Amino acid sequence: MTTGRVEAPTRREADLYATSSRTILLALAPILVALTLAGALLLALGVDPLTYYGYVLQRGLLSPLGFEGTITRMAPLLLLAASLIVAFQAGIWNLGGDGQFLLGALTAAAAGPPLAAHLPVSAALLLCLIVGAGVGAVWALLPALLRAYQGVNEIITTLMMSFLGVSFANVLVKLVFRDTTTTVPQTRTLPVADRLPRLFDTTVTSGVLIGLVAIVVVQLVITRTAFGLRLRVVGANARAAVHAGLPVPRLVVAAFVISAGLAGLAGAVEILGVEGNVRADWNPAFSLTVVPLVFLARFNGFAAIFFVFLFSVLSIGGESAAHRMGVPSFFNLVIVALVLVLLALAEYLGGRRLSGPVA
Amino acid sequence: MSLFTEPFLTALVLGAVTAGLPLLLAGLGEQMSERAGVLNVGIEGMMLAGAYGGFLVAYRSGSIPLGLFGGATCGGLVAALMALFCVRLALSQIVVGIALTLAAEGLTALLHHVQFSQTYPRLPAAATLPIPLLSAMPVVGPALFDRPLIVYLALACVPALSRLYRETHFGLALQAAGDAPAALDAAGVDVLRTRMAAVLATGVLAGTGGAFMAEIGAGLFVPFMTNGAGFIGIVLAMLARGRPLWVLWGALLFGMCLSLATALQVVGVDIPSDVIQMIPFAAVMAVLVAFGRRASLPAALGVPYRRGER
Repeated sequence: MTTGRVEAPTRREADLYATSSRTILLALAPILVALTLAGALLLALGVDPLTYYGYVLQRGLLSPLGFEGTITRMAPLLLLAASLIVAFQAGIWNLGGDGQFLLGALTAAAAGPPLAAHLPVSAALLLCLIVGAGVGAVWALLPALLRAYQGVNEIITTLMMSFLGVSFANVLVKLVFRDTTTTVPQTRTLPVADRLPRLFDTTVTSGVLIGLVAIVVVQLVITRTAFGLRLRVVGANARAAVHAGLPVPRLVVAAFVISAGLAGLAGAVEILGVEGNVRADWNPAFSLTVVPLVFLARFNGFAAIFFVFLFSVLSIGGESAAHRMGVPSFFNLVIVALVLVLLALAEYLGGRRLSGPVA
Repeated sequence: MSLFTEPFLTALVLGAVTAGLPLLLAGLGEQMSERAGVLNVGIEGMMLAGAYGGFLVAYRSGSIPLGLFGGATCGGLVAALMALFCVRLALSQIVVGIALTLAAEGLTALLHHVQFSQTYPRLPAAATLPIPLLSAMPVVGPALFDRPLIVYLALACVPALSRLYRETHFGLALQAAGDAPAALDAAGVDVLRTRMAAVLATGVLAGTGGAFMAEIGAGLFVPFMTNGAGFIGIVLAMLARGRPLWVLWGALLFGMCLSLATALQVVGVDIPSDVIQMIPFAAVMAVLVAFGRRASLPAALGVPYRRGER
């Protein structure tokens, strides 16, 4: 082993840490400003902002149960972030994450109870995760092929397939997979014993490990492998990629399938780890909120983990603070929106610019 | 066939126009932003702000037209933020657009909760302006020619915008701002001002669409009531490839499918509304599979313009 070989990655890692810590610093100041602005709104509602934020911190970060809730919430969000990073790095606007997520969730919910009754739990769970990811990927196949071989704009097709998927999932819940033993339109509930195992003695689902592994693997594949480099070349300049002899259509389809598969996996993880069933008209619409987080992370997987964590604290802590203080939970949307705008503004003031895939 | 009775067709066409009009206004607005190179993801928030603001003004003043102005103003205010952040400061259009949508969702739901959550007040039906002779026609008459003034105005926007794009200096400047902003700059036209004008016009159109939805379509405001209409507007604008008339056809197709469920209930056929809601999206996908062509989007779409930067 030569010294040069050892040094090169070390320097790169040092850069990475510098970028990460800078990102985190750039993130903290705007959050404080956002909380101050939102605090003014709380005052107008007749609620003491400091008490409210105290609860947010307490219930989202400091109390054991709240912290566990935050980590559990991160599982689907990390997978969705990984899904979007793959697509955006390859220059693909996969905005159909909600449909892919919901169909992956529904598949896992439909397959879970019968599989768990006949197979060992671990085999049943594994199968559910695989088919959930598979169905998510299949749902993106049409947009992928249309984009790769016909050049049809994927913003249109993925949004259409997303609306279609959300309605389709509802039809399936109400007409096909409906649990006939309850009056509520929902699928059969997976017994708690058959769900994804919890970590240690906590309420944290092991789905969060799947999420962490996915986002780290995606980050490493994108930055350190030939395949990742090819995807980035296609994303940066598809015409140049053709001239470089890359099989662009095949790479586009591959990126699409991986991205949508991860979104489907996110849905399956949320069902097998947390929800246990799919209720009619259930649609947490996580994907739309993860899009700006991924942009703020500049498509960097490690930075995305931080932003996903921050968002989870705000949403878990916020839900519980709103409930406790009698504030409508809509208020938390305002906080998240303010945080997003001010983070983007801080990027601007910090002299860096967010870039995006070329449509 | 007994299904195609006059009451059924009347309900269908009337509902198609009522449901399609907000989509038409949103689509026309988004088309203008996109033409100028701004991918306006905040349009959902502009519609929602228009829906709430329009409802509030109409409820307090008792005047629907005044409410529509209020809605247009609220949509314009959200658009002014978008113009400031995404055009003037060149922040990411995706991050700010989604943030504005979330903020509008949260704020309107919050304000509605504080003011109206106990009462859910309704507005009286809007006064119509029947057009003599035409309004007496069966089916089309009540749907198209016996409507409030805003319906005629919105429909008139279609040829007006077509002319604006093809025949005016400003129309050409919009297109240049989206296709070759540096060339427009070199020609001595302010790119940022052109884009900001386009974004503001989008907000006014989308806000009016949202206000129409609340005041005339539903007669009341419900939190999150736009329910993806802004995103359908984005899709319509992209499908229309810059032609306002195509936005009209698309909006009517979507409106028709949205009103089909209600119309079927009029004649006693009960199909789950989820199945019917799938029709317009499936139709668009089928059209794209059959006639899929390369996208023709402005070259600089989604890219903030900064002078002297390549």
